Amino acid sequence: MERLTSFEALGRLRDEINASRDPNKPSITVCAGTGCKGCGADAVVAAFKQELETKGLNDKVDFRETGCHGFCERGTLVVIRPKKIFYQMVMPADIPEIVEKTVLGDEIIDRLLYVDPQTGKKIEHEHDVPFYKNQKRIIFGNNGVMDPTKIDDYIALGGYEGLAKALSAMQPEQIIDEVKKSKLRGRGGGGFPAGRKWESCRKAPGTPRYVICNADEGDPGAYMDRSLLEGNPHSVIEGMIIGAYAIGSSQGYIYVRNEYPLAVANARIALDQARAYGLLGDNIFGTDFSFDIQINRGGGAFVCGESTALMASLEGLPGEPRAKFIHTVEQGLNNKPTNLNNVETWANVPLIVRDGADEYLKIGTEGSPGTKIFSLVGKIANTGLVEVPMGITLREIVYDVGGGIPNGKRFKAVQTGGPSGGCIPEEYLDLPVDFDKLSEVGSMMGSGGMIVMDEDTCMVDIAKYFTAFLADESCGKCTPCREGVAQMRDVLQKICDGQGGPGDIEFIEELAETISAASLCALGQTAANPVLTTIRFFRDEYKTHIEEKRCPAGVCKALITYRIVEDKCTACGACKRVCPSAAIEGEKKVVHKILVDKCIKCGACIESCKFDAIVKE
Amino acid sequence: MALEINKIDPILEKYGSQKSALIQILMDIQAVFKYLPREVLDYVSEKLNVPMSTIYNVATFYKAFSLEPKGEHVCSVCMGTACHVRGAPVILDSISRRLDLPPDKTSADRKWTLETVNCLGSCALGPLVVVDGVYHGKATSAKIGKVIDKLTKDEG
Repeated sequence: MERLTSFEALGRLRDEINASRDPNKPSITVCAGTGCKGCGADAVVAAFKQELETKGLNDKVDFRETGCHGFCERGTLVVIRPKKIFYQMVMPADIPEIVEKTVLGDEIIDRLLYVDPQTGKKIEHEHDVPFYKNQKRIIFGNNGVMDPTKIDDYIALGGYEGLAKALSAMQPEQIIDEVKKSKLRGRGGGGFPAGRKWESCRKAPGTPRYVICNADEGDPGAYMDRSLLEGNPHSVIEGMIIGAYAIGSSQGYIYVRNEYPLAVANARIALDQARAYGLLGDNIFGTDFSFDIQINRGGGAFVCGESTALMASLEGLPGEPRAKFIHTVEQGLNNKPTNLNNVETWANVPLIVRDGADEYLKIGTEGSPGTKIFSLVGKIANTGLVEVPMGITLREIVYDVGGGIPNGKRFKAVQTGGPSGGCIPEEYLDLPVDFDKLSEVGSMMGSGGMIVMDEDTCMVDIAKYFTAFLADESCGKCTPCREGVAQMRDVLQKICDGQGGPGDIEFIEELAETISAASLCALGQTAANPVLTTIRFFRDEYKTHIEEKRCPAGVCKALITYRIVEDKCTACGACKRVCPSAAIEGEKKVVHKILVDKCIKCGACIESCKFDAIVKE
Repeated sequence: MALEINKIDPILEKYGSQKSALIQILMDIQAVFKYLPREVLDYVSEKLNVPMSTIYNVATFYKAFSLEPKGEHVCSVCMGTACHVRGAPVILDSISRRLDLPPDKTSADRKWTLETVNCLGSCALGPLVVVDGVYHGKATSAKIGKVIDKLTKDEG
């Protein structure tokens, strides 16, 4: 690799890469993101490589392992170009047939196509699948067409042109103005205007200045930052370099969860390749601007997503936050001016600089322009990562993109913002999704977790789940969070155990007020949101737990009993065999019965019953 | 132990024996030994000139570190929100019963470690259980039970 010592050299390199590639040459792309790997993508990749090798096709067919395409529900995903045939749930055994019929021939294999559950029609192309059709993938879209370990793939798509433009034609202040004009807001959850943050950091006295990419995605149920860093690391790196130039920084850090080994590996490769091209290091593009980035792996503490805690962790200390009387843009890492943005925020920057703020403002709402990537999970037909324009309604996300609730169940709530957010009920399904609207209903945008819940989800249990999570993750530095959240968890546990009494709800509300007002950092300040929103929208469910000692969703163990429905039981014996506590009696041809005092409510019988004959009440 | 200490020096050198790299150093050590042995921490404390109290402060704060050796087999149950709503607690209960081991503990014979993790980011596969590095998506108590029984039986 030769260093790019001028802006023209980047353009020449891009043209050379594109000229050397034949758009009509057959190519195979396999999604090798973590979701598809969990479905066996590695075996699919190995099978393709072997098939191409044995058939002597290595020169005739391009093969590419890409990052996450988003449609994790249907992994492993394969796209055959130039015809863009989209195959889903591909297994290693399908590979010889795919190569023979679709890559070399013109035939489409019907059984591997996606079937639209609404119309029953088979769909050939990725962009016609409703899951993709209703998205706007300006940040995430390139994941599906590039190999994240090859910088040339990124450059071929116009990568690093934003950086070239920034360094060649713009002053640092101009870049900050452009980002301010774009109204880009922090995608990590806070929604703070990025341009204003950059400006404060640039103006803060002291050197060196630092830029940090927060990839400590601790929100359980959210994985969009990981997939972006895994699948398109250069977009994040390019954003960081532009930011560093605008702020006047020479050193950057990517703080990434250690639980994301593939993201760490791909980011490392990307940094090495960017250095080899002279896009990082001394004298970038032959200018006098120098900047480099180091990767630090996080130790698995949710609180480290908070900026001051993250910076303490970067200094090698326990990740305990500090009060922000002095902002981190003035005194952050090593007490120097530090600008921290999240993965997705950085990935937006190259687009804004390259295409201009005016272009960017065309997408999204007035207060929240651009798109947002959500991790759409839980009780939803199309689990996966979705990128949608701000302002889209929850209904469109859940039903048009997500395909609705599976198994004919009824929608109950959608939880956004992770442990800091709240549960939004059905009546707000037509709420446009942006930073401000979600706050208005007591939830928040958060980093982008969107967990769909159906009638089988107990809202008290969910509140307890998040509160227990936060009690566990509270760093313990300040009392309101350490003691208050634990108290809140204990009361919720009591309610779920059937020990709830009058005044419990009011007590939680009072506690919540103190925790929110007096906690040191955002973890504590927002800790009550999941509880408060569930009380606000599902107060009756709490009351049923407390007053009637019933869990309508059938989740809270102490409040339910298992029963066999006589009409449905075929006396097959399946449940009796799996019951670990010998709580089921019945002979062949004799309807079975559950002995309530022996039953430990483990659910093994329900899992084993093929006739839906066992109910929880 | 002498032999194992040999593995520490290259790690310290990689980070230039910088105190601020303590977390990264402990991670690499954890990757080698699967836990942080006391003797090794003593050595690190001396080499980096960092008090043992600071090392313990860091080692007990972050989930990535374990001060106890892990079992031969490790079963991780994802307790992320997506897995939770799809029934992860029920599966955890059943594994815990089968292994006769409370969550986040290692058995006395060091055969099994049962741990809970907050989110593995493979929510489409939920509920997700990882046994010895192998992902078992859409897990059921029965499915995981078979996996565990097989591993236990193979050693007979």
